[in-house]
Amino acid sequence: MGIIKASKVVFEYIRRDEEGNVDSIQTAVDHVDLDVKEGDFVVILGHNGSGKSTLAKQLNALLVPSEGTLWVDGKDTKERKNVRDVRRKAGMVFQNPDNQIIASVVEEDVGFGPENLGVPTEEIWKRVGESLTSVGMLKFRRHSPNKLSGGQKQRVAIAGVMAMEPKCIVLDEPTAMLDPKGRKEVLSAVHELNRKKGITVILITHYMEEAVDGDYIYVMDEGKVVMEGLPKEIFSKVEELKRHRLDVPQATLLAYELKKAGLPLSEGILTRQELAEELERCYVNYSK
Amino acid sequence: MSIILNNVSFTYGEGTAYEMQALKNVTLKIDDGEFIGIIGHTGSGKSTLIQHLNGLMKAVSGEIYFNGRDIYEEDFDLRELRTRVGLVFQYPEHQLFETTVFNDVCFGPMNQGFDKNEAGLRAFEALRMAGVPEKLYYQPPFDLSGGQKRRVAIAGVLAMKPEVLILDEPTAGLDPKGRDEILDLIAGMHKSKKMTVILVSHSMEDVAKYVQRIIVMDEGQVFLDGAPREVFKYYKELEKIGLCAPEVTYLMEDLKARGMAIDGDATTVEEAKQSILKLFQ
Amino acid sequence: MLRDITLGQYYPGNSPVHKLDPRVKLFGALVYIVSLFVFRGILGFLLATVFLIFVIKICQVPFRFMVKGLKAIVILMAFTAVFNLFLTPGEHVLFHYGIFTITMEGVKNAAFMLIRLTYLIVGTSVMTLTTTPNQLTDGVEKALKPLSKIGVPVHAVSMMMSIALRFIPILIEETDIIMKAQMARGANFEEGSLIVRAKNMIPLLVPLFISAFRRADDLAMAMEARCYEGGEGRTKMRPLKYQGLDYGAYVLLLAYLGGIIFLRFFIV
Repeated sequence: MGIIKASKVVFEYIRRDEEGNVDSIQTAVDHVDLDVKEGDFVVILGHNGSGKSTLAKQLNALLVPSEGTLWVDGKDTKERKNVRDVRRKAGMVFQNPDNQIIASVVEEDVGFGPENLGVPTEEIWKRVGESLTSVGMLKFRRHSPNKLSGGQKQRVAIAGVMAMEPKCIVLDEPTAMLDPKGRKEVLSAVHELNRKKGITVILITHYMEEAVDGDYIYVMDEGKVVMEGLPKEIFSKVEELKRHRLDVPQATLLAYELKKAGLPLSEGILTRQELAEELERCYVNYSK
Repeated sequence: MSIILNNVSFTYGEGTAYEMQALKNVTLKIDDGEFIGIIGHTGSGKSTLIQHLNGLMKAVSGEIYFNGRDIYEEDFDLRELRTRVGLVFQYPEHQLFETTVFNDVCFGPMNQGFDKNEAGLRAFEALRMAGVPEKLYYQPPFDLSGGQKRRVAIAGVLAMKPEVLILDEPTAGLDPKGRDEILDLIAGMHKSKKMTVILVSHSMEDVAKYVQRIIVMDEGQVFLDGAPREVFKYYKELEKIGLCAPEVTYLMEDLKARGMAIDGDATTVEEAKQSILKLFQ
Repeated sequence: MLRDITLGQYYPGNSPVHKLDPRVKLFGALVYIVSLFVFRGILGFLLATVFLIFVIKICQVPFRFMVKGLKAIVILMAFTAVFNLFLTPGEHVLFHYGIFTITMEGVKNAAFMLIRLTYLIVGTSVMTLTTTPNQLTDGVEKALKPLSKIGVPVHAVSMMMSIALRFIPILIEETDIIMKAQMARGANFEEGSLIVRAKNMIPLLVPLFISAFRRADDLAMAMEARCYEGGEGRTKMRPLKYQGLDYGAYVLLLAYLGGIIFLRFFIV
């Protein structure tokens, strides 16, 4: 099986009134199947409220399925004895850069995870140095996190996860609170970790441009996986994506509009480079 | 309605070790009914600038005139200014505090001195304008979804019936549909209520699609000021200061470079579509 | 901007003071503070001065960082000085006007009080400038560890302290933003009677509390995600073990304290 496998996973938020009786049940994750290949860069797209964050928290055993099973590196997340291992293997980075940094000095925060795992002191320092280097933040090691930009803070958070030597990193909307520069920094750091260290990445986002470079995409709506496939396949279905409250990159949207107006463009245009090339090809044919 | 800034400068932490000049000799005029977008990278001074427009921050030098009056005059009522120049901060839902949505929206008008009835009427109108469903009016604001909370927060400012509405990154943290909805709402208000609207944003695409005038801030100064088409022509200069033009602008340049006789400078998908289709006729 | 005001900001370095075990520094701070209120006469003052200068020199932190804290208590100092100056009874009257009397004793008291306050701020700054907040809380945790045997949640308390230190600047900044956002809706935080002003704080405090809880929630999740399960089984990046330098410092501190006490009670 893949490094992450979900089989008919269901998660329900149960709201109780003062007496403990069930007030309402909200199905946040509705019979979801996932199979993530090790080393892949997987993107989970969905609007706010689609259930993607709830699903993300189950990948790291912060939440446990109400029904169905989720395996991380072969281990069932429902079993208490597996929890520590699951969290080590599938580290998680959250949306708010400030609310996941615990220490007042960058290197001390990166060491927090290894400290919790009981890693010997010398080894902790080795890992801290390596992790900070892998995200390009080594020279900030003795800085206070307060002085860092959003993108830098997120990279520190990623380093903190890397220091636990995970096989997989789950990022829950890591760029939602960042400016464009910060977004670029974080994504390039994550892609590099995926490429150079073979870390499986699961990126949860609602920014379409971030999904363009993925290996595989899952689209969620109302707790279900409603679309899945390669980026080219997913992004050609513009109308369907819009129905799920999502969007497409500008280049893709333009290609779609032009095709609707009659231009013979090919399918699956994702970047403006591809669109320019396609348009050039069309133009040359047209001029003949 | 007009706001004029004349050589406005502002320094944070003047005299301390952390002194930093956030605004340097900014001169600007904002006319009635304009729809302006302010763009700039983090630290360019855009947040500082908008907080001067409603008197929350006081310039260290220079003058600011609201409808011809110097706002730093002795008898100028700054509190009143803030109800006429409404400012919606980033993540405005973080300021909700009342027990019900309705009460929270009444906060602004009550501060203006209106009695409960009048404040209530204004609150209703503002909530309707902001598209908040009626069944939520008497819920605690904390029970609402992110997008709904944001609308309530915006209604809270609208209830003061400001002449100018300034919004700092109103789409921050929203999903694509949420972004479209809020921006459509704002554009609608500009059109129907003839409010002067100022939008601070990081998204070139959003700004290009909606505003009539773009002010680009860099290092505390006004770097560029003009219509979107004009401003995005300078995409190379924008790149140098850490910004960029909308995707489609780059596409147009690319097509021109490949020898296609494309006309016009498109800044939105619609404009690009028209320009490209013309090519094939 | 407000984020730059960290409580007792850390200044990275490699001086002997930086290298000392935080427990020694905590003990040293305690000893030093006690000494400031014990010394009476000129000799005690000189000893304290020599000690302070010595510590400042070897910690290698630029002096200007240490006097920053003085700005904050300028008003307190002025108040103390005036108080002591005018209200100390004594024999050598220097100046008399109505109910205001300045005596020689008053001048002496005022002067010494000012010196004590200044030394207090400068001295404790040395400690916070050379020790990271985490080191301080680690020091407190290790020093109080024996109490955990009788059920005192030492680790939890020390973790709370270090997280609080980390978030204080953030919450200060957030207060500023919330305040401005409410002012943008016409809120008035300046005028009015005490009761009115207290009531006006609600739009500031409610969002602040909610935000603090939200942050706490997020942080708890992040800590859990990084396998935090309480104090058991944790190793430390900077395990606290006494070294020669620390023992030497303890001896020095005890000698200093002894000297001050001796001078006070046997010489003056």
